[in-house]
Amino acid sequence: MMPEEINARTDTGRHNNGGISRMVRECRPYIWGAKLCRAYGLQGRSITVAIPYLWMLLLFMAPFLIVLKVSFSEIRIAIPPYAPLFQFIDNSYIQITLQLKNYAMLFKDALYVNSYLSSLKIASISTIITLAVGYPIAYAMARAPREWRLTLLMLVILPFWTSFLIRVYAWIAILKPEGFLNIVLIWAGIIDKPLIILHTDWAVYIGIVYSYLPFMILPLYANLEKMDFSLLEAASDLGCPPGKTFWKITFPLSMPGIIAGCFLVFIPAVGEFVIPDLLGGSSTLMIGKTLWTEFFNNRDWPLSSAVAVVLLLMLVVPIVWFQRFQARRGAVDVV
Amino acid sequence: MKKFTTFNKLSIILGLSFLYIPIVLLVIFSFNESRLVTVWAGFSTKWYGELMQNQGILNAASITLKVAFISSTMATVLGTMAGFSMSRFGRFRGRTLFNGMIYAPLVMPEVITGLSLLLMFVAISFNRGMWTITLAHTTFAMCYVAVVIQSRLTSFDRSIEEAAMDLGCTPLKTFFVITLPIIMPAVVSGWLLSFTLSLDDLVIASFTTGPGATTLPMKIYSMVRLGVTPEINAISTIMVGVVAAGVVIASFLHKRSEARIAKGEMMAGAAP
Repeated sequence: MMPEEINARTDTGRHNNGGISRMVRECRPYIWGAKLCRAYGLQGRSITVAIPYLWMLLLFMAPFLIVLKVSFSEIRIAIPPYAPLFQFIDNSYIQITLQLKNYAMLFKDALYVNSYLSSLKIASISTIITLAVGYPIAYAMARAPREWRLTLLMLVILPFWTSFLIRVYAWIAILKPEGFLNIVLIWAGIIDKPLIILHTDWAVYIGIVYSYLPFMILPLYANLEKMDFSLLEAASDLGCPPGKTFWKITFPLSMPGIIAGCFLVFIPAVGEFVIPDLLGGSSTLMIGKTLWTEFFNNRDWPLSSAVAVVLLLMLVVPIVWFQRFQARRGAVDVV
Repeated sequence: MKKFTTFNKLSIILGLSFLYIPIVLLVIFSFNESRLVTVWAGFSTKWYGELMQNQGILNAASITLKVAFISSTMATVLGTMAGFSMSRFGRFRGRTLFNGMIYAPLVMPEVITGLSLLLMFVAISFNRGMWTITLAHTTFAMCYVAVVIQSRLTSFDRSIEEAAMDLGCTPLKTFFVITLPIIMPAVVSGWLLSFTLSLDDLVIASFTTGPGATTLPMKIYSMVRLGVTPEINAISTIMVGVVAAGVVIASFLHKRSEARIAKGEMMAGAAP
């Protein structure tokens, strides 16, 4: 990446008519652009972009290409434990072996198909529960007296800063058969036999809702706080009952916040590992856990790469969609 | 009509209880005399004492702190550059890809990030250990820093920078003398965020680690798998305490510096 080139392109990139006339047109701004760059010290600018850019290309983009490559290779007992894709034969040919076995395996073996489907199911259900739990909280925060709001916001963000692993661990002691929840429920006389929640899907739902609640509340709050409450006043003046006002006005107006919150919960929840591993049972299938097992226990690097590629393909649509959505709304702080 | 109803109060109280009760229980039972985590048998700090004798945990803690310190510092520098590029440089070539690469790690499942980084370190035969974890943490933390810095810069009064440049200040100097001091609270909170993210990470560290480099979350995870014990509660309490103190100090600094900036702007007549 040439420093001048980036800046020159920013000026001339819009003229794309092609042909000689374009070359002539582009030539002069190029020289001028370069001169202007030097005059205004814009090389510093290019360096500022180039360093993080290269970093991300090397440590984010390149690794994905390697995952893609490994997913097409075959497992073997060696270091590294996969066969090379490219092989030189007699120094004059390159043999490329694309092994589709791993992908075939993902569709043949019910374990993988079920893991993907069950991840989507668990993530969707937890997203809906998180929305139902988070909305009233965000709404109340937006309506709270102004001097409380910053403190409330701090209180919601604070758990997000403390360790994820620790917060998930804390739920084990609450949910297990002799845990706090059962002690309280039995003491209150609501149940007489301990509920079995730990190591079931229910525990996973609770874990996801608990861990990702701040991600839902923050965008909702940011949206609801900006809402024009005089609209609600107008509706009630015109005789609209409160319930109807909510569904007709507040809810549709908060849609951008709802969408942002749901994506921030759903996308990471699909690939979650810690929560299903610690709170879920052996029957709780989630793809992050399956990938982990495949990698660490079965040491099948090509197959786990294939699992990762398919998971990424599944998430690419929501991720790109979400980015477009965020870009349209302008940069919104995620944290 | 902005009524703050009983329902509103109730949802805040219930919501905050839901968020805090698990952590509070965890902290309380770290001081429990008994080995049973759910039965109270009197106050004791013996689990903290035992923690201090556990060489494995102390080693893990020291590696974790080193990794967190180095990676968050690198992530803050890189992330500030990235955030600055995203908010100031308009349309440069490859901007879409750049933005994509910055936003994607925020929502990318950790198992994918971890696996891909490991496969790359193996492919280039990089010796795995503390440094590979540090590089991995720098990579995902810098994206968070970039987003924090970018959102701070969008609400930035650029006329101050323009004034400096009109008076002959070079762009580099303008950045260090004008821009950086003003966005410093965002830089500090970016650093703190990176630090806690690194302190917290289990999945990416497990993938990218090598022999001998066990971080605290990895250690805790292997202990948790064997069951709930007061020792884990004790480490957790220390970690929660450190983070909470950090956040409170940061918000205090933030408020003070905001107040100072507001005062400065008012005196300069720059406030609207």
